[in-house]
Amino acid sequence: MTHFLVRRLLLTIPVLLGVTTLVFSLIHLVPGDPVQAMLGESAAPQDVAELRGRLGLDRPLYAQYGAFLKGVVTGNWGTSLRTNQAVTSAIAERMPATVELAAVAMAVAMLVAIPLGIIAAVNAGSSVDHVATTVALVGISVPGFWLGPLLAIVFSVVLGWLPVSGRGTLAHLVLPAITLGAPLAAVLARVTRASVVEELRELYVLVARARGVSHARAVVRHAFRNSLIPVVTVLGLQFGAVLTGAVITETIFSWPGVGRLLIQSISFRDYPLVQGCILLIAVTYVAMNLLTDLMYGLVDPRIRYD
Amino acid sequence: MILAALAAIVGPGLTPFDPAAQDLPLRLAGPTLTHPFGLDELGRDVLARVLAGARISFFVGLTVVSISASIGTFLGAVAGYFGGVLDDAIGRAIDVLLAFPGLLLAIALVAVLGPSLSNVLFALTIIGWVGYARLVRGQALRARELEYVQAARAVGARAPHVLWRHIIPAAMPAVVVQATLGMGGAIIGEAALSFLGLGVQPPTPSWGTMLNGGRAHLLDAPHLTIFPGLAIAALVLGLNFLGDGLRDAADPKQT
Repeated sequence: MTHFLVRRLLLTIPVLLGVTTLVFSLIHLVPGDPVQAMLGESAAPQDVAELRGRLGLDRPLYAQYGAFLKGVVTGNWGTSLRTNQAVTSAIAERMPATVELAAVAMAVAMLVAIPLGIIAAVNAGSSVDHVATTVALVGISVPGFWLGPLLAIVFSVVLGWLPVSGRGTLAHLVLPAITLGAPLAAVLARVTRASVVEELRELYVLVARARGVSHARAVVRHAFRNSLIPVVTVLGLQFGAVLTGAVITETIFSWPGVGRLLIQSISFRDYPLVQGCILLIAVTYVAMNLLTDLMYGLVDPRIRYD
Repeated sequence: MILAALAAIVGPGLTPFDPAAQDLPLRLAGPTLTHPFGLDELGRDVLARVLAGARISFFVGLTVVSISASIGTFLGAVAGYFGGVLDDAIGRAIDVLLAFPGLLLAIALVAVLGPSLSNVLFALTIIGWVGYARLVRGQALRARELEYVQAARAVGARAPHVLWRHIIPAAMPAVVVQATLGMGGAIIGEAALSFLGLGVQPPTPSWGTMLNGGRAHLLDAPHLTIFPGLAIAALVLGLNFLGDGLRDAADPKQT
């Protein structure tokens, strides 16, 4: 097990290095002079030179890269061009909102999807199953940037039940959480269904039934428990979709999280902040994948690395 | 899906209105018999713009899928077949690109390159090829060991011939399924970037751009949000149904 753990952790290092390198390269992909792009065409040459020096863009590329890597490790991610605030503290201020939204969305998705998936699996091939699987496919196909405004039209504009934007009360959280959680729920319901259907075919379920265990108990205590491994794995893997979805959901509902900060900094060409947000989201995703893999390895010894 | 394809081909010919023609006195007017989808904030016919938007969506979907599937299939086959340093290099590139969830890298790329249709195509291709490469690499690793491939090598067939005649064709069914689902992904990707203001720029009618414009009028003109979104959802649902069906047909376990 230790061997698996160490190997998996070591495999993460080149990925993180690659991610950091790509994020570093972003500013150099700006067509023309990135500093001029940030300040605008009419900026005075001395302002351009001053900012270029401040960002270290006047140094050789290898020195810039070294400084960037050092900054990433030591927590010095630069300062926002617009507010002069440290990138790390700007992100830290927005983090709780994103964490809150993502956690509630994932919880809502699980609460809806797992029972739906089990019901579909138990009734596999019936009309209940067809309805559930079609609902799930619709859920995957409806993009958040449409679902969010639609929910806002119905529940905020027409019915006036919920606020359309902002953060503060539980009511503010409802529409963003549903918007973000819906596609996840659709994916989870499909995986739960497929996984439970598979387990229900296994011999041990038949044996349990033959021993007189009720159908409901065989499904919940036996088949479902074993089908949880792929469900948890998919939940971990779908975390990436939740992070990207958060960028869109936060923009729709003016939710003050990291995703909205990213889109705002893009519109202000605040590249250090853009790089910071991208780096944070990617590293969180890598960490979550690592955690999922480790958990998977713990739960199911068959998949451990040699 | 067929309806959307027809709309993309015949396009604006289905309605007498020009997607760019403005009728300012009627701005934000709701659906009527003359304008079944209503008019937008500049008095343009929403139906004509949804039809014109179908072209953009299909163009993006087909372009991104064909380029990324070609690049991904080639690199995946090469990595799986040759192994060694080549496989390591391609494998690391795949790992790094997969470390960026979903559209994040595309958002980052378009953020620095600037919002435009060509940059959207570029960004979606950069994130798109990885899925095909990973898929084909796995298939190539398996196909490399098959008897007929070993036989071809034993009689002196050169690597490009083996790749082209044996390895890539063996991976094709899986690539086709991935491409069908990937087309839906690319269409949603373009719409999402345009919705965030990072994709196709006004006045070009893209479904995402139209949804972005509709956000300011949720209260007074919900039709600006309803119809373009319905078009995206219907098309992507059709592609997902097709992809699911193809996957089931290609999966021997399903029979």
